[in-house]
Amino acid sequence: MGWARKLLRVNLTAGTCTTEALNMEWAHQFLGSRGLAAKYLVEEIDPKVDPLAPENKLIMATGPLTGTSASTAGRYTVTTKGELTGAIACSNSGGFFGNEMKNAGWDMIIFEGKSPKPVYLLLQNEQAQLIDAAEFWGQSVWDTEEGIKTKHQDPLIRVASIGKAGEQGCKFACIVNDMDRAAGRSGVGTVMGSKNLKAVAIRGNLGVKVDNVEQFLEAVKAGKAVLAGNPVTGVGLPTYGTQVLMNVINEIGALPTNNHQDVQFARANDISGEAMHAVRKDGTKNLVTNAACFGCTIACQRVSKIERSHFTVKDRPQYQVASGGLEYENAWALGANTGVNDLEAITFANFICNEQGMDPITLGTTISAAMEMFEAGAITTKETGGIELRFGNAEALVQIAELTAKGEGFGREIGLGSKRLCEKYGRSDLHMGVKGQEFPAYDSRGIQGMGLTYATSNRGACHLRSYTVASEVLGIPEKTDPLETTGKAGLVKAFQDATAAVDASGLCIFTTFAWSMEDIAPQVNGACEGDWTVESMLEMGERIWNMERQFNLAAGFTGADDTLPKRILKDAAKTGPAKGKVNELGKMLPEYYQLRGWTAEGVPTGDTLGRLGLA
Amino acid sequence: MQKSLHIIPEKCTGCTQCEIACSMEHEGIFSPSKSRIRVFKFHDEGRFVPYTCTQCAEAWCQRACPTGAIDINARTGAKEVLASACVGCKVCTIACPFGTINYVPESGKVAKCDLCGGDPACAKACPTGAIQFIDAEATGFEKMRAWAAKTDTGASATA
Repeated sequence: MGWARKLLRVNLTAGTCTTEALNMEWAHQFLGSRGLAAKYLVEEIDPKVDPLAPENKLIMATGPLTGTSASTAGRYTVTTKGELTGAIACSNSGGFFGNEMKNAGWDMIIFEGKSPKPVYLLLQNEQAQLIDAAEFWGQSVWDTEEGIKTKHQDPLIRVASIGKAGEQGCKFACIVNDMDRAAGRSGVGTVMGSKNLKAVAIRGNLGVKVDNVEQFLEAVKAGKAVLAGNPVTGVGLPTYGTQVLMNVINEIGALPTNNHQDVQFARANDISGEAMHAVRKDGTKNLVTNAACFGCTIACQRVSKIERSHFTVKDRPQYQVASGGLEYENAWALGANTGVNDLEAITFANFICNEQGMDPITLGTTISAAMEMFEAGAITTKETGGIELRFGNAEALVQIAELTAKGEGFGREIGLGSKRLCEKYGRSDLHMGVKGQEFPAYDSRGIQGMGLTYATSNRGACHLRSYTVASEVLGIPEKTDPLETTGKAGLVKAFQDATAAVDASGLCIFTTFAWSMEDIAPQVNGACEGDWTVESMLEMGERIWNMERQFNLAAGFTGADDTLPKRILKDAAKTGPAKGKVNELGKMLPEYYQLRGWTAEGVPTGDTLGRLGLA
Repeated sequence: MQKSLHIIPEKCTGCTQCEIACSMEHEGIFSPSKSRIRVFKFHDEGRFVPYTCTQCAEAWCQRACPTGAIDINARTGAKEVLASACVGCKVCTIACPFGTINYVPESGKVAKCDLCGGDPACAKACPTGAIQFIDAEATGFEKMRAWAAKTDTGASATA
């Protein structure tokens, strides 16, 4: 058990929904969620397919722990070939949607083809139907979610939908569930929009069962005690959220600023977690409360309200309500990297991302690249429609955010993402990312391991594939020197494999600030048949990693794509502890390939594939 | 000494561990829809409020039941549904002013909080202390203490 043992296949072209038994042999090899969905994707699509073609598929998947009482066990993933990157994309979201899918009796939903007209899927336990979405097309995520609940007279329906961004082809559209939780990166919402699929609405009450209840509950109880007693998961994250990092990362000189021209932002404190707690002029605070996703005993989510008199929301009551507030990545991308220190303006841009379904990391970083091109004269007010797109201009930031959501004016060009935008204006050197996906909030000149993390990530630059910041900055599980390259190849591999295993389980990766695989494996073992040990979990993670790699190689990527922009490799950091440093990827990458059992060109050897059962 | 569930909404993060625990305790599955305690999320305000039966001393549900299917557990004070007597008429669901007793289609009977026989699973599962199981007489104690702490220590003795 753990698994519901069945999947729903939705053929959008034909308008059919069919039930299939879950392939349990694969479930034992790839566990669930990110792993199992990747297996289905790899088996079912041509890696060279155009991500927006009907032949691409989009898979929503839960893990075997999703919907159980394990802490954070509400995650679901969206796996597809990403439009932003052309690589395998797997984006992970919390909230309550994942549990609802599992409680309705489904491990995953595979969407294939393309609907001739906008539709949404309504799934009530075993009953599945595609319904005309004409009335919701053109509406925001917020209105769609409310509209579907009202229409079906059921406030307990959980909805995952795309906003205008996903409809109009913004390359970094996300899929938003529960109003402000998102499968955020790589353009998974763009793929959903290309299929004319507006939303997935689920209500389930069949329940989730585990294999060995007593053993499971005991492991879960022990795990919760570890989270509660840990300073990061027990205190830091509930109090400040991921925003606890803003001042920390700035101090170590790894806070990318003005499109990575600098590694420290003089006004970082203005947009920090501490600033969200500060009393504003009107006596209120930006932060309303922290909040939890399904079953999460950490509760890191920020819930914010924008100051009513702020220029962004004055006379716009729909934005004066509470919504998902700034996480560190968002605050950095929309703030430090654009040089904007107006906390309320950044919060507003983040609300627009929630409302219309955009990845705030790619939005902020693409705007940053555009700002640098504007200041360099490659883009002028002629292209921007009169907007002075300079670093630090909060008004320009929020104007562009709204235009991008709607796909209007210069917003349509921002919607390309920074790689395509920089290419278009002849400044490819200003795209700060890997494999088409922009960097998140850590400059790898100041945190060396993150350079290798970005270069080798299977979904393009990403912090959620191996968060070596934990070790290099926070000392978890043990401290390593962020400016050293020695040992980082092994560190990155270990984090990548463990992360893939956690993602496949249905748990949140944030648990691993406190949990090691020794805390996680007993929970999986209690929930699922089979013998799930620390070793088998890590091997499963390694299997997932190599399978994703093979997909990307078949899609046309090579070892030459495992690289970083020239700015990161050649231009030294100007200030802070990393002053004078570049990222020394060349010192880490060959060792990484070797540890992975790959050739010097970055291709898994036959022996490696055989050992992992992938041959 | 009788105990009662005491809910402090400002401590609630909306995680629904209480619902998950309740469904496992009573139904043997993880299914928040089957929980007898529910967490209400007021999204636009960023508020979460757990809500369940308060175990009225004179219970509307009990008075309305035509078959005597709602009994008082003398030890815990909980109003418990006797499955053998409940005919699923739902009159109690109409009578209850708070909506905390509900019909379950799968069983054809009603279900409500029974305080888990004196050791409520929801309170044990709550990670923040938003749901506590404490002396029925002392549910106001913490609030009283908080207000007492605000009392002007330099108050004049004008009496």
